[in-house]
Amino acid sequence: MLEIITFSTLNGVLYGMLLFMMASGLTLIFSMMGVLNFAHASFYMIGAYFGFEISRRIGFWPGFVVAPLLVGGVGALIERFGLRRVHGYGHVAELLFTFGLAFVIEELVNMFWGRLPVDYRVPPSLDFVAFKLFDTTYPAYRMFMLATAVAMFVFLILILKRTRVGLIIQAALTHPNMVAMLGHDVPTVFMLVFGVGAALAGLAGVIAGPALVTQPSMAGLLGPILFVVIVVGGLGSLTGAFLASLLIGLVQTFAVAINGSLFDLIGPTATTIFGELGSVTVAQIAPILPYLLLVVVLIVRPTGLFGNRET
Amino acid sequence: MTPALALRDLRKSFGPTEIIRGVTLDIQAGERHAIIGPNGAGKSTMFHLISGRIKPTAGSIALKGEDITGLEPYEINHRGLSRSFQVTNIFPKLTVYENIRCSVLWSLGYRYSFWRFVDRLRDANERAEEIMEEIGLSARKNTPASILAYAEQRALEIGITIAGGAEVIMLDEPTAGMSNKETEQAVALIRKVSEGRTLVMVEHDMSVVFGLADRISVLVYGQIIATGAPAEIRADKAVREAYLGEEAH
Amino acid sequence: MTGASRTLLAFAAFAVILAIAPMVFASGTSVTMMSVMGVMIIFALSYNMLLGETGLLSFGHAVYYGLAGFFAAHAMNLARQQGLPVPLPVIPLVGGVAGLFFGVLFGAVSTRRAGTVFAMITLGLGELVSAFALLMRTFFGGEDGISTNRAKLLPVFGYKFGPQIQIYYLIAIWCFVCVALMYAITRTPLGRMCNAVRDNPERAEFVGYSAQRVRFIAFSLSATFAGVAGALSAINFELMNSHAAGAGQSGAVLLMTYVGGVGQFIGPIIGAVLITFLQTSLSDVTKAWMLYFGLLFIGVVLFAPGGISGWLALHAPLVRGGRIFRLAPAYALAALPFAALFVGMVLLIELSYHMLVDAASEGTKTSVFHIAMDGASAPPWIATVVLLVGGVLGLRAVWPKIGDAWAAATEPTGGEA
Repeated sequence: MLEIITFSTLNGVLYGMLLFMMASGLTLIFSMMGVLNFAHASFYMIGAYFGFEISRRIGFWPGFVVAPLLVGGVGALIERFGLRRVHGYGHVAELLFTFGLAFVIEELVNMFWGRLPVDYRVPPSLDFVAFKLFDTTYPAYRMFMLATAVAMFVFLILILKRTRVGLIIQAALTHPNMVAMLGHDVPTVFMLVFGVGAALAGLAGVIAGPALVTQPSMAGLLGPILFVVIVVGGLGSLTGAFLASLLIGLVQTFAVAINGSLFDLIGPTATTIFGELGSVTVAQIAPILPYLLLVVVLIVRPTGLFGNRET
Repeated sequence: MTPALALRDLRKSFGPTEIIRGVTLDIQAGERHAIIGPNGAGKSTMFHLISGRIKPTAGSIALKGEDITGLEPYEINHRGLSRSFQVTNIFPKLTVYENIRCSVLWSLGYRYSFWRFVDRLRDANERAEEIMEEIGLSARKNTPASILAYAEQRALEIGITIAGGAEVIMLDEPTAGMSNKETEQAVALIRKVSEGRTLVMVEHDMSVVFGLADRISVLVYGQIIATGAPAEIRADKAVREAYLGEEAH
Repeated sequence: MTGASRTLLAFAAFAVILAIAPMVFASGTSVTMMSVMGVMIIFALSYNMLLGETGLLSFGHAVYYGLAGFFAAHAMNLARQQGLPVPLPVIPLVGGVAGLFFGVLFGAVSTRRAGTVFAMITLGLGELVSAFALLMRTFFGGEDGISTNRAKLLPVFGYKFGPQIQIYYLIAIWCFVCVALMYAITRTPLGRMCNAVRDNPERAEFVGYSAQRVRFIAFSLSATFAGVAGALSAINFELMNSHAAGAGQSGAVLLMTYVGGVGQFIGPIIGAVLITFLQTSLSDVTKAWMLYFGLLFIGVVLFAPGGISGWLALHAPLVRGGRIFRLAPAYALAALPFAALFVGMVLLIELSYHMLVDAASEGTKTSVFHIAMDGASAPPWIATVVLLVGGVLGLRAVWPKIGDAWAAATEPTGGEA
């Protein structure tokens, strides 16, 4: 029992931190530009594929450094030559543009790497057991992922709290229209924020790729959960995004670990009341939990946990 | 007689800053009441509080004796209060005619019905035509509101406000940004449409205020420092010091 | 001609087209395709009640289409097993009621917010339903779905609805009725207020309407029509599986509606017909058809945000004024670089696709536009680059000329503009 709790907590925090690596970029982009980037999870996916491609040609570590930069570059280009163009048509058009983009990126990945998962492996230098607890081992690579995610988190906090750019971004979070009035080159700031957000998502992809499965559907599977995170946290709130990331990471990880059902809990009455749902295990409903959470939060608190903006 | 609007110790804070600091005011039915004051005094905030756009921190608002504190804007509208906005707030893609007709529908009891054609609602169409005639936009009937000239949009703003036939009309800086000639026309329009109704307006143009208003309240730093007939306000020492000081010379 | 008589004329023409279409396009595949088009017209128009009329962007509209389809399939099976005297033509009502039920249920949650958050909630609800569908195997039938038999219900006037042509006419009649109803709704107080809420929800509240209630009613009505479409789809295919309620189908209806154009009532009809046609025909021609759809969508978002009907509507005053011909020279001039760009794009995609996906098994030789070429040799790639670069440069050069032609054509010349 204790080992389940320990490992589920570790994995939950890890998953939550990975989510936050993407949710933070998504939140920054949304807060500053008003654009909800539907293709954000696609940047995560191309991060994983770039990482895979570089690691099989040169090695994991060059990929670890170069792939996120490439993804950031792709993001900046997309902002410059696509998103900026539709900006004048309003937020719905921007959302639709990124929606179409997510679709096209998935098809391109299909084309270049095929529909089946690719063999993106944990580098040998990290392929060992970190520690062992009650007969269960924990891989070092996961510790590395956690360390990377935490390092990014600290880095982000430092930038936001200690640098001039961070101050501008914070100002933009609370007063979206003010940055332009301060005389900053808004289009360039937008392009940079979009690029950095994409690079962060790309980094998440590079490190998650070997541990999870690198396949064309990975963006489509993760994207909706990412949106749940930022809506539950409250659109535009970094604190909210952070807590919601951890919450959903933990909830999902623990749910997967629990193999019981209502049937096990209250016996046959479960199936008489709930039909076949009575015998469904908690682990089976794990994929649904984020969305149930979304519905519950929206009923109780329509602006999300930490949200104060209406749209 | 029950006042059309009665504010009792109304307060609104944004974070630690109190913008409206205890306003108590009665506006009588049928009077034209202007609220003046320097920029940042809280005039627009007061309008937002009364019309339900934002909720007060403390205090109460009564419309014709009925408590409306904390109600939604549409609920307040149902009880007979309608307002305009300082920044033009119309339905940009709809035509002038549709703008007005949408604004008369509720008052005629058509609510959310989707089982009768609007074009066949004789009363709604006649009323919309009347309002367009009244605000002088009949010739622009089928023009999308977004491409009207500024003064026309301001007239439409007033048209939307009065279309529902509310007894209490609130106009937020109706002549802001207008030329002298346009202002004259706007004043005539306001005089006409406020006939038999209660009018509350925020206005910066003092000639408009003193020409139109039966009574004036002066709002400074979220408090009303004086209320009275135009002559009394002109003579009021506190007002001269706090607000008219510059102009009195 | 007054507006009302013009509307009547348009609907009469629509009825005639629906009636004679299977006589003009009589082949089996055509009738099957047109049956799908009829279903999709209802579905896309129901979607536009949200997107175009009320300004609500949904990523989960297929939920109502799909769930209603399952209810319709189960209703048909139940009627057959119990021998209930239910004729097939009323089954879409079951779908409509199911759509309404779920529209009210989920609409209550999602219409509390508008804009981006609304879009995200619909996405979440869509995922929720998809995930549930995998758990509830008896109702959704797992991967296989639920199959049914449309020909085993109570015959009407001797029609048993086995042959596809009978199904076509059943769908056509429902399509006509739904299109008429949805058009009528745009002309009611609610329909007008939907537009008002789309334009300016805040002001709508100050003229007495709760923006949330307007959105909620519009959402419920839209789900009802989506439900009718879902039931017709179940009848048409005699099979329902959970993909019909999934994100792919929600994306498809968004694609149809947006490409067709959200600003005109006819837009989604054009989109439904065109995209259904392309879905059926493109997938035979190229394996990369999904990519083309994605690029088409992005192209419309970037360059023609009003969609096809919006683009056509721009020209309507010129056609009426008899000045459309003034645009012809500029358009003819633009056609050449546009065609070059288009051919270059197709070459690029087809060659890349062949070399990346098929070359390993089929060799590097392929054919595009029925022209044989070798993807491992330089010439086709050089041609691609030349066409792409030439097309882009050409369009850039011609673009100002189109602007000039527009200015000349729309310039008032004394007469009525």
